[in-house]
Amino acid sequence: MPKPVFLVTDIALGLLLAALALYVWHASRSADLRATWRVVFRDAAAMSALVMLSLFLLVAALDSIHFRSLLPPAEGAAADAPAAYSTRTYSLLDHLLRKQMEGTERTYSAPLSFQSYSKETVEVDGKPVREFPRLVHGGAHLTDPQQQWLPDIAQRSALGIGGGLIVALLLAGVVVVARAGSRRIAFADCARAVWRRETEVPLRAMLTTAGAVLLVVGWVAAIWPHYHVLGTDRTGNDVLYQALKSVRTAIVIGSLATLATLPFAIAFGILAGYFKGWVDDAIQYLYTVLSSIPGVLLIAAFVLMIQVWIDKNPQLYETGLERADVRLLLLCVILGVTGWATLCRLLRAETLKLSELDYVQAARAFGVSNLGIMRRHIFPNLMHIVLIVAVLDFSALVLYEAVLSYVGVGVDPTTASFGSMFNLARTEMSRDPAVWWNLLAAFLFMLALVLSANLFAGAVREAFDPRARAFRPRLARSRAAA
Amino acid sequence: MLNYILRRIGYGVLILVGVNLFTFILFFAVNTPDDMARLNIGGKRVTQEAIEKWKVERGYDKPLLYSAKDEGARKLTNTIFFERSVQLFAFQFGASDSGRDIGYEIRSRIGPSLAVALPTYLLGVMATVCVALLMVFFRATYLDFWGVTLAVVLMSISALFYIIVGQWFFSNLLRLVPISGFAGGWNLAVFLALPIVIGVVARLGGDSLLYRTMFLEEIGKDYVRTARAKGLSEAAVLFRHVLRNASLPILTSTVAVLPLLFLGSLIMESFFGIPGLGSFTIDAINAQDFAVVRAMVFLGSVLYIIGLILTDISYTLADPRIRLA
Repeated sequence: MPKPVFLVTDIALGLLLAALALYVWHASRSADLRATWRVVFRDAAAMSALVMLSLFLLVAALDSIHFRSLLPPAEGAAADAPAAYSTRTYSLLDHLLRKQMEGTERTYSAPLSFQSYSKETVEVDGKPVREFPRLVHGGAHLTDPQQQWLPDIAQRSALGIGGGLIVALLLAGVVVVARAGSRRIAFADCARAVWRRETEVPLRAMLTTAGAVLLVVGWVAAIWPHYHVLGTDRTGNDVLYQALKSVRTAIVIGSLATLATLPFAIAFGILAGYFKGWVDDAIQYLYTVLSSIPGVLLIAAFVLMIQVWIDKNPQLYETGLERADVRLLLLCVILGVTGWATLCRLLRAETLKLSELDYVQAARAFGVSNLGIMRRHIFPNLMHIVLIVAVLDFSALVLYEAVLSYVGVGVDPTTASFGSMFNLARTEMSRDPAVWWNLLAAFLFMLALVLSANLFAGAVREAFDPRARAFRPRLARSRAAA
Repeated sequence: MLNYILRRIGYGVLILVGVNLFTFILFFAVNTPDDMARLNIGGKRVTQEAIEKWKVERGYDKPLLYSAKDEGARKLTNTIFFERSVQLFAFQFGASDSGRDIGYEIRSRIGPSLAVALPTYLLGVMATVCVALLMVFFRATYLDFWGVTLAVVLMSISALFYIIVGQWFFSNLLRLVPISGFAGGWNLAVFLALPIVIGVVARLGGDSLLYRTMFLEEIGKDYVRTARAKGLSEAAVLFRHVLRNASLPILTSTVAVLPLLFLGSLIMESFFGIPGLGSFTIDAINAQDFAVVRAMVFLGSVLYIIGLILTDISYTLADPRIRLA
């Protein structure tokens, strides 16, 4: 039985998911919130983005369940000796991708390649020869790679894509059957409704997105056991595996850093807007001071200090992974402590407006305590602003992480992240011939994640902020015709 | 007006005091100078003598706030707080932890930083306003729809990607411009072309969406309807009326960043090897030179506050209806 390991960010991420579930439960009980969210659920782009986001969340969740595996008992050990655990901590994702994680090469190799990217001196029949050495894992099953490589890739691709297609069709079939069953309509009618985009929720767009993802997943699943799909980096690690590991880092930073801003922003924003006077002055002074320091410099100052603190207290962490993880959490906290000014300003302005409204005056006249008014009457009416800013910040933070890691104040160098991939790519692209796959992998994954987040955030903003709806690009003529 | 500006400057100084206290606490109270010395010399097995020597060389051996063994005013001035924090108000930055004069470095590096940041900023504002106006002009057509879609995609790409791909394509592949570097005279244009273009493109997506919203907000107002009713062409309405009125919110978002251009862009300068303040800061962060980071934090806040005051003044210039009181 492996020994579970709970890293601090695992716990934080778990709590976040629990909070999310709580919010879903809360929203499903409130008619108002249900109606607003239904606007989001009708948006095809947002729902396709949601499909992608849930996929990324799944990867992050798999990568957030850590354990140390049980070592086989040492030879000659007593039967009742305490169980020994591996010193390395793995996540469920690592366990699923064991082969890819351990199948490292010596150095760079191109995507799908069977030989190394640069020539090396190899001894053939006692004479030194310059040639491209074969890879240890990539294409190792080929006996005559020059002849077999292309047919092998083609065959596996066809198999993988075909498999993906079948799963995608099955998924579509299951969805249509389930919908037809619950609405008590014929399968064909239901399928036609989905195809003609006549469903309440844009099922066609969602199924198309899921289908495209399944095709890619199927292809990767067929190829990856035998080749490095996106090549290997300088130390021979699989690039696709690194990119998947980076997803968790990006999501942790995007969500936990926003979460860390909330206590400050909400508490200070409501206090300043409700009590006005010197409380307002003091809080305004506080956030003007914070926002007057350029962001990167403020974070750099904090991170340098944290680094000294971590170095001073090495006894707190058992393994390097835990140390890197604490640093990741502290980075989120720093981003939260330094980044609450904008949201606080918005909440203060809204509270100023709300506290003059009749129902707040009435509550005051009935003798409801200040705390009670803030909790019952003001806080719930600020939630839409909090939600909008939180989803908008997510993608900005994911992009910001890359910049911070480049500047050298981001995540620990041992933590896989898009920033460190870009960092490596900088020198790799100036090699000749250029090593482009690290950059491509970071670009593709980041674009998919940030674009989905942006699309989803846009729909959420439109639903919760009626003013934003006016700016949606719409095709007036085609709509008038329809 | 003058009264108002003076009051704003007074408030600005107050904020600088706050920034200063904040950095002082962060750099000297959270971690002692001993810890910084250990980190800077490197390694865990650093002798106490080496730490003392490091501190004496940089003047960190003095007491933090109050020096009991000195006489008179020296009791307060011969301290780390006075030498490292109070003196910043006179723009006396002192020496960096590696022994260089920070004030001299800042003076010599401001020029290159501005040479990149200012054209990037001006061209960027012009380009984004043009793109946004075009999207508004062609609103409710496919051009608007796909323009917004493209802008969202552009916005979702990391600035680092633009830089790396731009350098690879234009410098490595086409060999149009040098990869990085800096030179005086006419050669400057060759070195600056790529960073400026990339700087403009990297911000195009997000900013043009923002400006588009600002224009659309104006376009629903009564005076626009009046202008159309007068029989003005759509172009005249947009460029003469809407642009003029929308320039107010645009000013708020752009004038505030104007002074910060002096600081340069951290990643641009380090990627393109421009000897400006941005690359100075990055080097300092990587070398863990706390004195430089402190100086740059202070300088950054000064510039930010100047930006806030400039924004207020520019309001009155752009819109005579606004009076500052």
